[in-house]
Amino acid sequence: MTLNDLPLNTKGYIQNLNCNENIKRRLLDLGFVKGAPITPVLVSPSSDPRAFSIRGTLIAIRKEDANFINICFNS
Amino acid sequence: MGLTKSSTGSNLLANDLEFLKNDSDYVIALAGNPNVGKSTIFNNLTGMHQHTGNWPGKTVSNATGNCIYKNTNFLLVDIPGTYSILSNSEEEEIARDYICFGHPDCTIIVVDATCLERNLNLVFQTMDITNNIIVCVNLLDEAKKKKIHIDLKRLSDELGVPVVGTTARKKKTLNSLMDTVQKVCTHDIQPAPKKVIYNKYIEDGLSKIEKVLNAEFELSSDLCRWIALKLIDDEETIINSIEKNLSMSLSNNKNIQNITNEVHNDLEKNNIIKKHLKDFIVSDIMHKCETICGKVCIFEDENYSRRDRKIDKILTSKKFGIPIMLLFLAVIFWLTIVGSNYPSQALFSLFGWIQEKLLHLANFLHSPEWLSSMLISGVYQTLTWIIAVMLPPMAIFFPLFTILEDLGYLPRIAFNMDGFFKKCCCTR
Repeated sequence: MTLNDLPLNTKGYIQNLNCNENIKRRLLDLGFVKGAPITPVLVSPSSDPRAFSIRGTLIAIRKEDANFINICFNS
Repeated sequence: MGLTKSSTGSNLLANDLEFLKNDSDYVIALAGNPNVGKSTIFNNLTGMHQHTGNWPGKTVSNATGNCIYKNTNFLLVDIPGTYSILSNSEEEEIARDYICFGHPDCTIIVVDATCLERNLNLVFQTMDITNNIIVCVNLLDEAKKKKIHIDLKRLSDELGVPVVGTTARKKKTLNSLMDTVQKVCTHDIQPAPKKVIYNKYIEDGLSKIEKVLNAEFELSSDLCRWIALKLIDDEETIINSIEKNLSMSLSNNKNIQNITNEVHNDLEKNNIIKKHLKDFIVSDIMHKCETICGKVCIFEDENYSRRDRKIDKILTSKKFGIPIMLLFLAVIFWLTIVGSNYPSQALFSLFGWIQEKLLHLANFLHSPEWLSSMLISGVYQTLTWIIAVMLPPMAIFFPLFTILEDLGYLPRIAFNMDGFFKKCCCTR
């Protein structure tokens, strides 16, 4: 399942990043590595970007990008 | 000793990196993640007024300034903020090139005390390039507000490099930073970074390539390891800039090509494909950051972020998000428009009064009618009217907006309005 399928306030673990090199690199820099816990905590009014809590910081990601992030429920 | 003049040779550098070095004793690079207060530290140390702003990437090229501390002249170089120096954007390239090839006497890495874990990533990446690192944990006041306590002594032990805590806005706290900088520059303190040990297979490959590199070129061991890492990573832009700045040919060297290919094959046998190599490297770094943070950060108030989150939830909710934003903007505009009436009025009457006096003066001096009307009713009146009309709204609007910025409300607006922004085709 992808990051978009993760319900609000539910913890998931990143499995892999399935996106193009540039976005992938940026995500890796921000700490999106395999096994990192991630929790969606906020939804914007238009429900498109959602904000995720990862490594103690809050990062907003658009649906189109979150689609490439595969997650699972156990690390 | 990392990148020193003797290990790289100053004449090998491109001209743009070799600047202003002559009249200062030591060169200090100031690196760090975006938005951690590098420019504030830079300004406070140099007394310069580089524009600081609350958005990432506002410093896009290296700014330099001098700082005199205890009779020593330091040249500070403010490097663009980056999350990493594995390089994929222009500012990352500038940052990386400077740290790698500008051979500063020491590199200060400014980190944000409120999210240390993410920031340590850059520290470890820099450790692969140079030994002379000072970690400056900035925004301690913010961290205190958020009830985050950081054991700086422990952090220093874990990293093997000096760690200084600062609050950039308070100049006093910067003295201990400069003290450490001086000690590192004069080799009173010798940082011994505890580098990340990567996955066993990668380490094996690294030592193989290092051996060949050592045989081919005369390099310091730190540099060797870093170049080896980049060769395994097969990062074309970085390899090119290594070749250019250290004038060595890597891609044409048969021995190096062979060993690199061999290592790649070995890694593939162990299920580390070239394409995913970076994932392994970054996750090794991240895990190290995680462990260290677990040891040195104490969150005294677990509820703090929850309280923050609650406010965020209201500010970005479907029902209230946009109305609250409009309300905020309406209040600001109202205050600006209505509030500026009074000072405008006052300025008008003040300038009017002065104008009257000026006319009297002109009369008194018997200046010709055409001259006094041109200067006073023309130049003077137009100028003062513009000031009276424009100054008060600006003096009200900008401080108010700065307050919103400081409160961190602007990112929330961006979050709310992302859809609209995207439609206006300004992505990211």
